[in-house]
Amino acid sequence: MFKIVDARFLAENIKKFEIEAPRIAKKRKAGQFVIIRIDEYGERIPLTIADSNVEKGTITIIVQGVGKTTKELNMKEAGDSILDVVGPLGQPSHIENFGTAVSIGGGVGTAIAYPTAVALKEAGNYVITINGARSKDLVILEDEMKSVSDEAYITTDDGSYGFHGFVTQKLQQLIDEGKKLDFVLAIGPIPMMKAVADVTRPYGIKTVVSLNPIMIDGTGMCGGCRVLINGKPKFACVDGPEFDAHAVDFKNLADRNRTYREYEQEALKRFEEHCRLEKQIKEMKEEK
Amino acid sequence: MSKLTPKERLKIPRHPMIEQDPMERSHNFNEVNLGYTAQLAMAEADRCLQCPKPTCVEGCPVHIQIKDFIGLIAEGDFLGAVKKIKEDNALPAICGRVCPQEEQCEESCVVAKRGEPVAIGHLERFVADYERNSGKIEIPEVKKSNGKKVAIVGSGPAGLSCAKDLCAKGYDVTVFEALHELGGVLVYGIPEFRLPKDIVRTEIDGLKKMGVKFQTDTIIGRLYTIDELFEEEGFDAVFLGVGAGLPWFLGIEGENLDGVYSANEFLTRVNLMKAYKFPEYDSPILDLHGKNVAVFGGGNTAMDAVRTALRLGAKNAYIIYRRSEKEMPARVEEVKHAKEEGVQFMLLTNPVRLIGDDEGWLKAVELIKMELGEPDASGRRRPIPIEGSNFTMDMDVAIVAIGNGPNPLIMKTTPEIEVSKRNTIVVDPETMKTSKKGVFAGGDIVTGGATVILAMGAGRKAAAAIDEYIQTGKW
Ligand SMILES: Cc1cc2nc3c(=O)[nH]c(=O)nc-3n(C[C@H](O)[C@H](O)[C@H](O)COP(=O)(O)OP(=O)(O)OC[C@H]3O[C@@H](n4cnc5c(N)ncnc54)[C@H](O)[C@@H]3O)c2cc1C
Ligand SMILES: Cc1cc2nc3c(=O)[nH]c(=O)nc-3n(C[C@H](O)[C@H](O)[C@H](O)COP(=O)(O)OP(=O)(O)OC[C@H]3O[C@@H](n4cnc5c(N)ncnc54)[C@H](O)[C@@H]3O)c2cc1C
Ligand code: SF4
Ligand code: SF4
Ligand code: FES
Repeated sequence: MFKIVDARFLAENIKKFEIEAPRIAKKRKAGQFVIIRIDEYGERIPLTIADSNVEKGTITIIVQGVGKTTKELNMKEAGDSILDVVGPLGQPSHIENFGTAVSIGGGVGTAIAYPTAVALKEAGNYVITINGARSKDLVILEDEMKSVSDEAYITTDDGSYGFHGFVTQKLQQLIDEGKKLDFVLAIGPIPMMKAVADVTRPYGIKTVVSLNPIMIDGTGMCGGCRVLINGKPKFACVDGPEFDAHAVDFKNLADRNRTYREYEQEALKRFEEHCRLEKQIKEMKEEK
Repeated sequence: MSKLTPKERLKIPRHPMIEQDPMERSHNFNEVNLGYTAQLAMAEADRCLQCPKPTCVEGCPVHIQIKDFIGLIAEGDFLGAVKKIKEDNALPAICGRVCPQEEQCEESCVVAKRGEPVAIGHLERFVADYERNSGKIEIPEVKKSNGKKVAIVGSGPAGLSCAKDLCAKGYDVTVFEALHELGGVLVYGIPEFRLPKDIVRTEIDGLKKMGVKFQTDTIIGRLYTIDELFEEEGFDAVFLGVGAGLPWFLGIEGENLDGVYSANEFLTRVNLMKAYKFPEYDSPILDLHGKNVAVFGGGNTAMDAVRTALRLGAKNAYIIYRRSEKEMPARVEEVKHAKEEGVQFMLLTNPVRLIGDDEGWLKAVELIKMELGEPDASGRRRPIPIEGSNFTMDMDVAIVAIGNGPNPLIMKTTPEIEVSKRNTIVVDPETMKTSKKGVFAGGDIVTGGATVILAMGAGRKAAAAIDEYIQTGKW
């Protein structure tokens, strides 16, 4: 059992947890993740280690509620526990002083990009961060990102905050302004990562993305997380999750991630129905 | 023992195992084999000639005293029989179920020369089940603590048997397991209908009662390096029983399509994550009702996958294997059971390409016919494609079950451990010592994918060597 010591929402549907896991806190490096299982009936899902505190013996994860498991997790509070937390998994980010490094985060991808942005800064890079969200209230980690950036930009799709447009438009603008970019890290939804790769490809800018295929064990045992890199299968849980963006077959990743869509929707529907009933029962009891 | 002459004994036909009806069992996950009754077991034991030189024992990789335990069954002393087995085999309920007996103990039984061999596996299984059901499982005697600590990495049969022996000798033993459940392939690979998970759990509970400590969710190489186990955690020796869990793929076009699984993924979803009970359990598996499913391969893993597919509702479940039935590495009983349940065997056939639709879903497989040529390095006749014999078949799901290699995780983080070209750990075959002081290894990580009994035997051998190393300090 792994105890949650702190839990708070950063934005609607995005929750930050601090979990007691002293050993993982000590060993983890930027870019690595854990796999969690909420309870006996739960599935195993991967979540990036956004931060850790060695003294307190905790790790931080930031979770976007997109389906049954993440929504169920986001109902947990400080004091609750998670049955299984295993890690640190995956290869740590490759960090060096590239010169000017751009970290691009889309949605909850900002949380995943954050630890690597910290490491890039510590390695001496001039760090530019571009964080995209659909609208103002979905922007997360604004202060944290600012504190590690030499230049920090926020973009919103609806223009309610910061630059009006997509992260790629902002990136293109920086390139057009004549900024010499040496390294780009992009983490977010698959279409966003693909779009970033398409922007940087003609300029030959080294670009890395963190891939999010469906995982089970996270140890290289099932092969379910295989992604095509230069047409060759790689296991994202042991060979990744970060790969050269220009070598990734994004269509294949998107196709494979959709394998269980119907099942996921059914599970979510049942779960929400269950929550609604529980709430009703609770209200009825309170009325009495 | 009843007074029968050898001639009379030889006349008794082998007693078949009671089994679930094939049509019924192909739709449920309950165990296929139902076991012997006491009466059947004693009758089968009467078939044993009690040979002065029991050749059967030579055929068993861990030299179980087969003649003696069968003698005890014939006398009705079932608990005595299981005790006899346990002198050499820590996991009889498991080995009795999954050993390839037809090429081990039973192949070497003299009765096999005149007909069918004594059903050694069934008898071993019977007494182990008898003991478990009687509630009289004897917890082995544990010597007084000697204050020495041993770390066991991996909770498969190799790790469990090593842990058991060392614990009995008075060592402070901790087993580290990467997954959330203990048992290795016994829980994530071999399906419930062949090896009920309760049996594995009972064995592990026994170890817990002896005092073995277990730590799940712990990946050695990531959470602790091997050096840290020695330096920070104070272990005196480490045993690596990490298995061969890295699935191989065919390397053909279309293997990344939706609907293509490795056998490991398919079986892990069903066995470990209980996807056959979705949505009660959260992990999904593709609904196979009315679907065509192809499994590539001819080993136990392939049989487990194809029979699982049937149980998940597949309309047609095919084994597609590039050699002939004779070369299939699967246990004979599994092939027989698969056929009875309705699995369709396409032998001397090999996949060439997997064909998908625009959205990336598998739609068909292109296959080619094979013929057998000269024997290859494995001693089996090499399959050669017959040019121009390609054909395609509509297929919804394909499962690749062509074997597993060693997982390189530990070796990557501990480069001083010598590995072979095949990535297996190199050990001294007598002492199971690796090239790193204090580190021993055994099971599939050393042999490549092999058998439960070999892994168990290796674990026990290593336990003896670890004891000697810690007591003498000699490397
Ligand atoms: C290495 C890695 C790091 C990640 N880090 C984070 C993070 O820090 N924060 C965060 O909010 N999300 C992260 N994710 C994504 C997160 O794992 C998924 O959102 C989560 O598994 C969805 O589960 P669900 O039941 O809530 O949703 P579902 O409705 O079951 O699925 C929604 C979508 O999530 C994906 N998904 C489903 N099951 C899995 C699975 N077992 N493994 C991986 N993806 C799955 C599929 O694309 C699916 O279509 C990460 C994914 C990976 C691979
Ligand atoms: C589907 C299938 C069916 C089979 N059927 C049969 C059969 O009928 N009869 C038979 O005799 N054999 C069968 N086998 C083979 C048999 O199961 C194996 O030979 C045997 O399990 C090997 O035992 P092991 O202890 O070496 O490794 P495993 O059983 O593979 O156990 C290794 C354990 O180590 C863990 N591990 C790995 N790396 C780490 C790490 N870094 N840190 C911590 N833990 C780690 C793994 O999670 C795993 O639990 C089958 C195999 C499969 C896959
Ligand atoms: S352990 Fe296996 S090989 Fe040995 S006697 Fe038992 S069934 Fe036969
Ligand atoms: S070889 Fe066969 S008949 Fe002889 S002792 Fe062994 S089991 Fe009995
Ligand atoms: S998640 Fe199973 S191999 Fe990567």
